[in-house]
Amino acid sequence: MSRNLIKEGVKKMGRLTKSERFPILEGHPIGQQHGEAAVESVGNLKKVMKLSDKDKKRKEFRIYRWNPDNPNQKPFLQSFFLDLPSCGPMVLDALQKIKGGEDSSLSYRRSCREGICGSCSMNIDGVNTVACLKPIDTDTSKPTTITPLPHMFVIKDLVVDLTNFYQQYKSIEPWLKTRKPPPDEREYRQTPEDRKKLDGLYECILCACCSTSCPSYWWNPEEFLGPAALLHAYRWISDSRDEFADERLQALAEDQRRLYRCRTIRNCTACCPKSLNPANAINKMKTRHLTERTREDLEAEPEPRFGQA
Amino acid sequence: MGASSGPRRLSGMQKQVLALYRGFLRAARSKPAEERKQIESVVCSEFRKNSKQVDRKNFIYIEYLLRRGKKQLDQLKSPDTVGLSSLSVDSSRTRGSSS
Repeated sequence: MSRNLIKEGVKKMGRLTKSERFPILEGHPIGQQHGEAAVESVGNLKKVMKLSDKDKKRKEFRIYRWNPDNPNQKPFLQSFFLDLPSCGPMVLDALQKIKGGEDSSLSYRRSCREGICGSCSMNIDGVNTVACLKPIDTDTSKPTTITPLPHMFVIKDLVVDLTNFYQQYKSIEPWLKTRKPPPDEREYRQTPEDRKKLDGLYECILCACCSTSCPSYWWNPEEFLGPAALLHAYRWISDSRDEFADERLQALAEDQRRLYRCRTIRNCTACCPKSLNPANAINKMKTRHLTERTREDLEAEPEPRFGQA
Repeated sequence: MGASSGPRRLSGMQKQVLALYRGFLRAARSKPAEERKQIESVVCSEFRKNSKQVDRKNFIYIEYLLRRGKKQLDQLKSPDTVGLSSLSVDSSRTRGSSS
C-alpha cells in the first residue's frame, strides 16, 4: 500500500518543474534542497525496487551500541541488514524496522516522525540531523553509519544526556519579559512586520544538532551556551514585545565565555535540519553588542578632550 | 593501591567517587531520621556493591555511574524528595541484570 503511494507521489513530482515542486518553501533555498534530496532518494528507491538481484536491495546499517547494563562490553558498531523496498523512505523508518523486527533492545528517542519534535537527532553518515527528515542513502554498496550526537554523554545506544543542553536553554530565560501589563489587560499585540522578524528564529525545535556539531561547544560545553540556546536568546531579543532586550544581551556578553566563545565556524548553519541560521543570529547579537558599546563609550568620554585638541 | 609508604594517593576519579558518596551522606542529613538511616544503608550498599563488581579500569562505566549518581543526588537534594524508593528500585534492577 505504502509502495503505491510512493509511486504515485514520485509520478506527480516528476511532472512538476523544480520551482513548482515546493511552492510553500519559496524563499527557503535550503529547505527546497532538503525536499529535492527526499524526492530524489524516493526516485532512487524506485529504481532499486526494480532490480531483480535480491542482494542489491539489502542495505547495511551500522549502529552504535552501548548498554550500561553490560558494563564489561565496550561500545561497538552493530551491523543490521534491511530490505530497502520493504522499509519506509527515512532513516527513522529503518530504525523502527530494526527495533520492531530484529533487535528490540535498540534504544533511540523518537516521537513525531515529521521533524517537529526534535527527538530523533543523531549522527548519520557523519552529519548531525534528525533521522525522520533524512532519506536513506539508496546506494546499497556502502553501509549507513548511525552514531549518537558527537561529544555528548551516552545513556544507552543512540540516547544521549541532554541535561546540560536544556539547562543552558533555561538559562537564557526563554519567555516574554515585560515591565507593563498588556494595554488591553489581555494580551501583548504585535504588528505583522514585527512578527516577520521572528521568522527563521522561532522554528528551532531544540534538536541539539547544531550545538553538538560546534567545536567550540565540544571543548567548552559547560561555559559556552551553544548555537541553539543563543539562537533562542536572539529570538527573544528581537521580539518587539520583550522589554528586556538590552539586559538579555548584557547578560550574554558580559564575559568572554557565553556569547563570544562562538568563533563563527558555521557548522551549526551547515547541519541544521530545519535550515535555520544560528551563526547569523549570533553574529547579529555580537554586532548589536559591539556597536552599542562603542556608542556608550563615546558618550562616556569626558567632553573637554575635544576642546583641548 | 600498591602504595605501601605513606597515605594512599587517590586518582582523580577515585576522588570524584568519594566526593559523590560524601554528597549523598550530606544530603541524607537533611531528611528525617528514619529516612536518613534508610538512605544511608541503600547508598552504602550500592557503593560497596559497585566497588566490588566494577573493574577498576572500566572508566567508561565508572564515568557513566558517576553521572547517573550526580543526577540522583540532585534529585535527592530537593526538599520535595522525602525518601529513596526510586533509587532502591533502580539498584535492584541493575543488580538483577548484572548478576
